[in-house]
Amino acid sequence: MSRTHRVIPGLPLTLGYTLFYLSALVLLPLAALALKAGQMSAPEFFRVITDPVVTASLRLTFFASTLAALINAVFGLIVAWSLVRYDFPLRRLFDAVIDFPFALPTAVAGLTFANLFLKDGWLGGFGPRLVEGVNALAGLTGAGPLLPSGALDWLTFPYTGQTGGIVIVLVFVGLPFVVRTVQPVLLEWDPEYEIAARSLGAKPATIFARVIFPEIAPAWVSGVALAFARAVGEYGSVIFIAANIPGRSQIAPLQIVTRLDDFQYAQASAIGVVLLAISLLILLVINGLESFSRRHERTA
Amino acid sequence: MAGAPIAAKTALGPIKPAPPPHPVARTVLVTLAVSFLTIFILVPLVNVFVQAFAKGLDGYLAVFWPPQPAPEQVLSVVQQRKLAEAAVQAGRTWHAIGLTLSVAAIVVPLNICFGLAAAWATTKFNFRGRALLISLIDLPFSVSPVVAGLVFVLLLGRNGIFGDWATHLTWIDPFSLRWVGFEAGFPLAFERDYSGVIFTPLAIVLASVFVTFPFVARSLTPLMESQGTDEELAALSLGASGWRTFFKITVPNVKWALLYGVILCTARAFGEFGAVSVVSGHVDVNDTMPLRIEKLWNEYNNQAAFTVASVLALLAVFTLVAKAAIEWKAARDLPQNQGHSSQ
Repeated sequence: MSRTHRVIPGLPLTLGYTLFYLSALVLLPLAALALKAGQMSAPEFFRVITDPVVTASLRLTFFASTLAALINAVFGLIVAWSLVRYDFPLRRLFDAVIDFPFALPTAVAGLTFANLFLKDGWLGGFGPRLVEGVNALAGLTGAGPLLPSGALDWLTFPYTGQTGGIVIVLVFVGLPFVVRTVQPVLLEWDPEYEIAARSLGAKPATIFARVIFPEIAPAWVSGVALAFARAVGEYGSVIFIAANIPGRSQIAPLQIVTRLDDFQYAQASAIGVVLLAISLLILLVINGLESFSRRHERTA
Repeated sequence: MAGAPIAAKTALGPIKPAPPPHPVARTVLVTLAVSFLTIFILVPLVNVFVQAFAKGLDGYLAVFWPPQPAPEQVLSVVQQRKLAEAAVQAGRTWHAIGLTLSVAAIVVPLNICFGLAAAWATTKFNFRGRALLISLIDLPFSVSPVVAGLVFVLLLGRNGIFGDWATHLTWIDPFSLRWVGFEAGFPLAFERDYSGVIFTPLAIVLASVFVTFPFVARSLTPLMESQGTDEELAALSLGASGWRTFFKITVPNVKWALLYGVILCTARAFGEFGAVSVVSGHVDVNDTMPLRIEKLWNEYNNQAAFTVASVLALLAVFTLVAKAAIEWKAARDLPQNQGHSSQ
């Protein structure tokens, strides 16, 4: 892009409008948060952050987000690989629904997962439901009940109100990130290298670890980081499925809402600053990774 | 950026020739991928509709249009109370739908204007701090929705930085414009005004603008950057005005990306929960559709909650279909545009 100020018009107008709109609606409100938190003295800020209820919520948020990001790291890679490399029925449908967690309002996601993982929900009570279904089918054909009730009771996952439930919705909201960052790299990837490696006698596992994985690793890591960042800030879906008991099953964003409802603005802004700092840190890490991989590409 | 839809090129092409996959590995991986997507996406989606229709089509419709008793029918007090309650609940649901649509009607045009201006400024010119500006535009994606609501409470709430000014601000509801007849002179008048900002629909608009801020700009920027300035320069050198160049050259070139950004922005404006929840004050009149879902769920009105949710889920499905259609359309337009990359 060359310097073309003179020829193309509209820089003062568009840049001025952009800066004004950005400052008024994003930067000024964020500055208010910093200012409000800055009004607290350092020991006071520290006391709020180390309050047992707050630390418990932060710990839960991190634990659940990390677990969800790791699950997405593994399954996101498997999904991206399968979609790009293998042909299977409804492949394009499965590819299209990857973006669904971006499009579905979080409240709807929370609602449907909270219902699914109830003790008698479809997935929460999967074993008993399966027994019911099999016996109903057997009843239709005239045979008696095939399975004794309670045969598959070990297949129950009543995660509503449990940490497991929080992890499940966080896996859902972070699902597209890993797939959609790894997929373009895999699409660009030329399998000729694999053919070459195979002809030189490498085993499939070696080819993946030594040839393919180094290529997709930067995208994969930033996808996992994005999924983690999204999970840390997530609120709408989690509060539907979590038990929301202070000190035990309250996530950090819910702590902010609770404090606000009690008019404890300073405390709320202190927790808000911690969450904001974490997301900015992740953003920096991702940007660093991207510039690292760009440099790496240039020298390679 | 957290929460950002990734606009990279992900369209699946035909499968490239590769060394033959190990049959066991292939079966295991495809099974894992398909089961994962089925459990985490397809089953939850189907469940929304199954639960919404748990009481049949009549039960579904009764959430919006409660049953009316025949005039000659004699009702017990309990039945009358039940019907009145159903009517109140349906009224609240309709109010939530109206508020959601009104908020989106303000937020989306604002962000279209901003997105076009920001994309023009950052892609057609080179200036100091350009990269920083692009990062700042993406900033709302990495902010937790709750924090997005919190910042407006801290800015405009009672103890906020501009709290004194904001709590005494009186503003007219633009959607309360009604026909009042010619007696009073001018036939149109606003019937409602609000005072204060936080815990009113204005705060919901502000929070929604914040969370949907980057969508349009973000979907335009990569495309406009790859298209460069050649066509605009040609139009300008032939004597077209700046606005004419913009509307005749730039906008047609990016129309599909623009449409995609608008759809994403609308979907998010309809569905935002966290930020809106914080600034709404949990008052019934400030309920948007997602907040209404939460209230119905808390009232153990499972089927009604899922019915409202099914409308939003349908919208999400529409968003995905529109995305696929736009990608297909953009790919088909590509050869005519001399193979501009991206999109």
